[in-house]
Amino acid sequence: MRSFTTLTGIVAPLDSLNVDTDQIIPKQFLKRIERTGYEDFLFYDWRYLEDGTANPDFEMNAPRYRGASILLTRDNFGCGSSREHAPWALDNYGFRCILATSFADIFYNNCFNNGILPILLPPETIERLFREVRAKEGYALTVDLPAQSITCPDTARIPFDIHPFKKECLVNGWDQIGLTLRHEDKIAEYERKRGIA
Amino acid sequence: MAKSIYEKIWEAHVVHEEPGQDPILYVDLHLIHEVTSPQAFEGLRISRRKVRRPEMTFATMDHNIPTTDRSKPIADPLSKRQVDTLTANCKKFGVTCFDMQDVRNGIVHVIGPELGLTQPGMTIVCGDSHTATHGALGALAFGVGTSEVEHVLATQTLLQKKSKTMEVRVEDVLPPGVTAKDVILAIIGKIGTAGGTGYIIEYTGDTIRNMTLEERLTVCNMTIEAGARAGLISPDATTFAYLKGRDFIPKDKSWETLVSEWSKWASDPGCSYDRAVVLKASEVEPQVTWGTSPGMVASINGKTPILSQLSDPNERLAARKALKYMGLDEGMPMRDIQPNKVFIGSCTNGRLEDLRAAAKVVKGYKLHPRIEQGLIVPGSTRVKRLAEAEGLDRIFKEAGFEWREAGCSMCLAMNADVLNPGDRCAATTNRNFEGRQGKGGRTHLVSPAMAAAAGIAGHFTDVRDWEFK
Repeated sequence: MRSFTTLTGIVAPLDSLNVDTDQIIPKQFLKRIERTGYEDFLFYDWRYLEDGTANPDFEMNAPRYRGASILLTRDNFGCGSSREHAPWALDNYGFRCILATSFADIFYNNCFNNGILPILLPPETIERLFREVRAKEGYALTVDLPAQSITCPDTARIPFDIHPFKKECLVNGWDQIGLTLRHEDKIAEYERKRGIA
Repeated sequence: MAKSIYEKIWEAHVVHEEPGQDPILYVDLHLIHEVTSPQAFEGLRISRRKVRRPEMTFATMDHNIPTTDRSKPIADPLSKRQVDTLTANCKKFGVTCFDMQDVRNGIVHVIGPELGLTQPGMTIVCGDSHTATHGALGALAFGVGTSEVEHVLATQTLLQKKSKTMEVRVEDVLPPGVTAKDVILAIIGKIGTAGGTGYIIEYTGDTIRNMTLEERLTVCNMTIEAGARAGLISPDATTFAYLKGRDFIPKDKSWETLVSEWSKWASDPGCSYDRAVVLKASEVEPQVTWGTSPGMVASINGKTPILSQLSDPNERLAARKALKYMGLDEGMPMRDIQPNKVFIGSCTNGRLEDLRAAAKVVKGYKLHPRIEQGLIVPGSTRVKRLAEAEGLDRIFKEAGFEWREAGCSMCLAMNADVLNPGDRCAATTNRNFEGRQGKGGRTHLVSPAMAAAAGIAGHFTDVRDWEFK
């Protein structure tokens, strides 16, 4: 898996609550059997108009957010289905880090398995970041995972919490299957005890 | 010390634990379907890994398959490729697959319990968030992403952090006309769509105990809509009676032995939970969602919200957006909402009792002229056959409904069953997200009886006042 240590990038705002996985990537794009090539389908129903052109009312479409790698959003991001196509689409588009007040459990896990860092921040911090992002074109942040801190252009550093094991896996880009298979003897022993032939 | 069912199942399945790492949890049953598995099998191929326990892995195709004539090939080439890929992967890796022609085929969360694959005390995962359904039989069951599907295929385990526990106790007698669907919608309305995040929910209380197993499946199914990955109900006589004689119940043990083993998983009296919520079933009315999140729900005799009365600005914004998308006014009576489509089916409400409840309402009536399509899609081929044996298909067809083959169908509209922009659907499904049933489509989540009544009346109506024929 791709590792994550530090990232400096433009921040794009997505000002909605409960952004569900059907919004992140609608179901008609789940029929593919590949892991890549989902970038054009991200936020599809919001991003494009009926004729396929960019929707000018979708904030993230503004030229100033082009090339953004950090997504700023609100409560319960990624709720709904378990489709890993959601983090694939975010990743393929270029997002490597998501800042939100809360995440849905399955989506949160799926991010880590794809080298994407989801960061939980308090509502007042998210509110402030929304203001700052909109006030300054080219607003960028530096996210430092080993130091668990976010550097802002004008304001104080923002510390963040993260589960130590998840952090270690992401910083080192560990393959989880490889990690588990180091304990294959223990799996075999467990199966023997349970009588699983 | 008194333990909850979650703690018991958790402890019995930890393979290995060491400081600084997530525990390795053993998986007893791995269910797979065509949408979230191809990239996982591809991963195995690239890493030259095998499926560790093909005999604990079962596949079905449900999301993409047509509900019309099954003897014809799938028209959509992408759907066909995904379904064919599952067939090929199962063959290559030695996994049992219930394909479209198999009588055991159906929605993964309908066939697991129906075939007796799902049993008390098991750990069950599937690349699908509605895996929570299986918790109704006292199994710890939750949805996982495709990377985790690959992890389970390769190791029969998952790296898991222990969750907090929440008891949702439902008390009192459920009034006539109020169903399990209304109970779970009311719970989501009460705790919110993120209320269960980080928790495993255990449903307790006399209302739950008095529910049939199929009703319990409906409750557990929508646990994910409250943000919790898994919802469980301790096994009891209802659970055992349901399981008796099903296809995959172990044959090498006596029935008494199995029941005694299964009984041990039930939560001990007096066990503790990290959080507790109580719902009075006697106060629950038939529910209808008005918005684009399952928590945006009201009683049939209620109204859509009045925006100025919502105190939280973000919530107000979300409600405004939702009402706009849904084409509804604020403060509008729920009874005045007029759907033009009805969909009865899904892993939430596509079982035999659901079809019976809908048929009871429909019997002797015709679909309202405003209703352009009424779709009945059984949750499995077996459900379909049992319903036909009871003559339910005739009741629906005489009323003007279409009687289809089993599958996920219009719940998520990955096959040809899709809402058109602007369509308004009374649906027995689990998600009313924007575009869920088709771009621009508007979904109102209701129970099977409420969906059927809306189809006959041409607007949402209180099924408690229904004149049954």
